[in-house]
Amino acid sequence: MAALISKEGAGPNALSRELHSTPPFAEVHSCLRGVSKVYPERAGNPALHALGPIDLDLKKGEFFAVVGPSGCGKSTLLEVLAGLSNVTEGTVTFEGNAITGRVPDGVGVVFQEDASFPWLTVWDNLAFGLRRRGMDAGSIRSRVKDALALTGLSDFAKAYPAQLSGGMRQRVCIARTLVTEPRLILLDEPFGALDQQTRLLMGDEVLRLWRETGATILLITHALDEAAMLADRVGAMSSRPGRFLDVIETNWPKDRDSRIASAESFGRITGRLWSLLRNESRNAMGAAAGKLK
Amino acid sequence: MTRANLLQIAVFAALFGLLELGTQMGWISRFTIIPPSEMVTGAYNLFASGKIVPDFVSTMWSVIVASLLAIATGFVAGAMVHSLPQLRRTLDPFFASYYAVPIFAFYPLFIFIFGLTDIPKMIIAYFYAVVAMMINTMNGLDRMPAVYSKTARVLRMSGTAKTFWVTLPAAMPYVFTGVKLAIAYAFLGTIAAEFILSTSGLGHAISFAYLNFDNNGLYSNILIVLTLSVVLNMVLFYWERILLTRRGLA
Ligand SMILES: Nc1ncnc2c1ncn2[C@@H]1O[C@H](COP(=O)(O)OP(=O)(O)OP(=O)(O)O)[C@@H](O)[C@H]1O
Ligand SMILES: [Mg+2]
Repeated sequence: MAALISKEGAGPNALSRELHSTPPFAEVHSCLRGVSKVYPERAGNPALHALGPIDLDLKKGEFFAVVGPSGCGKSTLLEVLAGLSNVTEGTVTFEGNAITGRVPDGVGVVFQEDASFPWLTVWDNLAFGLRRRGMDAGSIRSRVKDALALTGLSDFAKAYPAQLSGGMRQRVCIARTLVTEPRLILLDEPFGALDQQTRLLMGDEVLRLWRETGATILLITHALDEAAMLADRVGAMSSRPGRFLDVIETNWPKDRDSRIASAESFGRITGRLWSLLRNESRNAMGAAAGKLK
Repeated sequence: MTRANLLQIAVFAALFGLLELGTQMGWISRFTIIPPSEMVTGAYNLFASGKIVPDFVSTMWSVIVASLLAIATGFVAGAMVHSLPQLRRTLDPFFASYYAVPIFAFYPLFIFIFGLTDIPKMIIAYFYAVVAMMINTMNGLDRMPAVYSKTARVLRMSGTAKTFWVTLPAAMPYVFTGVKLAIAYAFLGTIAAEFILSTSGLGHAISFAYLNFDNNGLYSNILIVLTLSVVLNMVLFYWERILLTRRGLA
């Protein structure tokens, strides 16, 4: 059944609240209530229950990470939150308004797949969304420049995506989302194509960005340590249909960076995540293996 | 220029030289084929005297009108059919067998309706071109990653904006193949229609020379048609290379 998560009240969370300098009852930014997603039967494939029922309150300005076995419905969760996918049951709200069939203003998404446009240079990829909004050229230039510097792509502004590595293309997608200055940023395994060192550094950059912009971030990742290191809360999902088994509070200070990986509680958090997911991952793999037979 | 290019030119020049030698030495009868050098001077004279200009203009006009119409309507129709999977399934056998249907069978009908004007050959050229454009447009749209559409939706773009700024450029390499084929088919349809029954055009000039045992005129005109189609193809090929190289597809 639905595992509800937002654990309001005092306790260990009090410290992190203070550091977040948010009011005691943090504003809910994005909210799921009783959400289920069933992909309908199509072209011979049977209907598939991918997600839920699930409840989630993303608090304004928090960094929430989602981990879970492959195919458990993480990307589906992201699409539901973004308003890209209609829910079968339940309600989705963003900034107090119900989402119906359209992505609300203020939401940015970095997809799991490479979404950079191969017909545009890196610069034009970044400027694309701003141009469609009719922003003036000067503002576009300065925003694109900043985003390029932030993602380490300044030297590749004139390159086409085909000339970049997979990890660099993923950075283009991250930068392209950042330039639109979303209030809710949804990241679907954005560091999947990066090597471990770049991954850590990009994690630090995302943390810095998160502090500077005050945006709410939901990060999907398959790396437990990454989730434990970056997020305020980590939601561990069950195998399909995905539900939250538990949501773990990390209680990191707001001005953290990748060096907290050496903190004592870090190991405890990743350990807890793994104990939650071990069986689920087994189930997921078993189910897949069963299907193959 | 690459080695392959040089080799191509060398092979072409060698064949040309052999033909020249064979015809000049009398190994090949002048009634079968004339020396290439005479084809070139003949073609040049046809232009210099202005004799061929009306035919040339008539053919080009038909190719341009038919291919432009086919490209525009083929793209729109292809996009429409693509967005209606039900309709597409119904039409699939039609697309698959379209080029097996002798469109020329309908040519007399068009002449009957429109008379011996330029319109029947344009219609033939159009019908040859339009389905290639449709099929390639649909093919391009099929291959557009779903994540591009999602990106457009996250950017809250309207349907038209998405079509213009995302769908069209994403499908461009395939659309371009459609454009290339549409022009080639329009050219083919036009020349062939002129050949069968027409009062103007390069196809008509070839047919006319042939019926009058005018070998010089025949081969000069064939040379013009060949040169035209090769030049056209080279221009399109060059564009396509740029497009594909940019995307790392070439
Ligand atoms: N558009 C769709 N139509 C039908 N089924 C889908 C669709 N998208 C996803 N699914 C199915 O829903 C389930 C959940 O998919 P989802 O992509 O959300 O998983 P995930 O947790 O993101 O997996 P991964 O970690 O591998 O990215 C899968 O079984 C998948 O096959
Ligand atoms: Mg996924």
